Amino acid sequence: MIGRWLRDHLVLLLGLVVLAYTFIPIAVVVLMSFNAPESRLVYQFDAFTLHNWLNPCEDPSMCEALGRSVEIGLASTLVATILGTLAAFALVRYDFAGRSSSNLLIFLPMASPEIVMGSSLLALFVASGFAGQLGFWTILVAHIMFCLSFVVVTVRSRLAGLDDDLEQAAMDLYATPSQTFWRVTFPLVFPGILGAALLSFSLSFDDFIITNLNAGNTTTFPMYVWGVAQRGVPMQVNVVGTVMFLISIAIVLAGEARNRQRRRSLTAGPVGAELASARRPS
Amino acid sequence: MSDFTRRRGAVGYLLLIPAALWLVLFFVIPFYSLLATSLYDPSGSDFRGYEMTYEWSNYQHALQDYWRPLVRSLLYGGVATLLCLILGYVLAYAIAFKAGRWKNLMLVLVIAPFFTSFLVRTLSWKLILADDGLVVNTLQAVHLLGADGRLLATPVAVVAGLTYNFLPFMVLPLFASIDKIDHRLIEASSDLYANPVVGFFKVTWPLSLPGVVSGTLLTFIPAAGDFINAQLLGSPNQRMVGSVIQSLFTDANDYPAAAALSMILMVIIVVMVFAYIRRAGTEELL
Repeated sequence: MIGRWLRDHLVLLLGLVVLAYTFIPIAVVVLMSFNAPESRLVYQFDAFTLHNWLNPCEDPSMCEALGRSVEIGLASTLVATILGTLAAFALVRYDFAGRSSSNLLIFLPMASPEIVMGSSLLALFVASGFAGQLGFWTILVAHIMFCLSFVVVTVRSRLAGLDDDLEQAAMDLYATPSQTFWRVTFPLVFPGILGAALLSFSLSFDDFIITNLNAGNTTTFPMYVWGVAQRGVPMQVNVVGTVMFLISIAIVLAGEARNRQRRRSLTAGPVGAELASARRPS
Repeated sequence: MSDFTRRRGAVGYLLLIPAALWLVLFFVIPFYSLLATSLYDPSGSDFRGYEMTYEWSNYQHALQDYWRPLVRSLLYGGVATLLCLILGYVLAYAIAFKAGRWKNLMLVLVIAPFFTSFLVRTLSWKLILADDGLVVNTLQAVHLLGADGRLLATPVAVVAGLTYNFLPFMVLPLFASIDKIDHRLIEASSDLYANPVVGFFKVTWPLSLPGVVSGTLLTFIPAAGDFINAQLLGSPNQRMVGSVIQSLFTDANDYPAAAALSMILMVIIVVMVFAYIRRAGTEELL
């Protein structure tokens, strides 16, 4: 019995150790955001300061790159989320010739190395005479491309896991197809769409390999970090890292709080639940 | 299932076409450009333009000149994938079976660190593994590392970085598989006097294989193509193939060689993936 208790908790303990390990570099990022370095060339903690937090844009080119990354991230998330959600609906809700090859087409970008996708796109841009126009637009095109598959997969799994009882109920109660969609289907799928949007923003914001090949002279935040990594890193980079981490934790906690609240009230939004219970007797 | 779920008709195409078109234009067609570029006359340049001469020797030269980084990439990627599998399995198993009501929270905590910039995190590994840092000093104290031994600029640092950065790609599919396993099967194995180790290898592990296969693929493919870790944590002796391809494109402007090397990497990965899926006997990837 004691052996069994130990075994059960040993696994959990080991799991927590692995989880803690994933947070080690984050701790370093937070620590270094308060660092006053003696020399730009030696990357180590020297003294405590608030300087980096108070002067985040000491190097204007960093903030410029950051702004560009946010712009590209928002634009590519918007386009990829819309196109990807439409495609996910098509793949789950409709039957048509070529459905399985479409699934393959969606899967392939996730299984290709970034360096290969990046170099193929560059080859295309060069072959079609866009070599001189590499920049914001070519980065945007590339980011939408690699975010799309992740959006489709995320929304698709949410949609596929959805029982259509609620929609049936809505139809039984004389809701028109568009009412059914906007008042039942869409609210139920929405968490999946939101998750997909967050994922695609972070993929776009973080991408280096594909961006670097197709950026021309434009610099995004990861490209800025890459550049300064060779010649001395300003500590403000860690401020950006810390803020990103805090934002993601805030989103996680908000999601968790919402889930708990929901579980306490009803499993699926109030409208849907009413409709479902109205249908059950028949 | 009802008639509501899968409707036939043109609407399906209309919904799908924008995304499919985007992927055909910017994912499929670029492969043809890459293939074409890899067969151009290597003496061409941006200014003079390239001529299509079906120069298959580009491939031969690329292999001759860069087989080392190529092999190294596959090796580092493979080792990192194996380490991710071990760490990821423990974590996914703990979350699926032991976390109880903290399951969701732990799952999102797995992803949370990875919303912080990839490059910034990799830079902090540089600090953690630094020559007079805590890790190196500890390893030196217990004589696992010589007095002048170091971790930075060694394959160890590169593999450690890769393992760290691609861990969530392993944990999430593993979790999805392990979470589906019926507890009663494991209980049955212990009722039938299998000890926990035998029970694990005869019941849990085989049932989690779909997750193992997709997790290892989703980890290996990006890890083998990555060069950020090799560049920031390694030295030129740990150069990976991604780095060669990108500098051939951007610094040397030798497009045909870069494209040929890129095609070689893609072909190797596709062949390995198919061989692996056939061996593992699972087609549940999609």
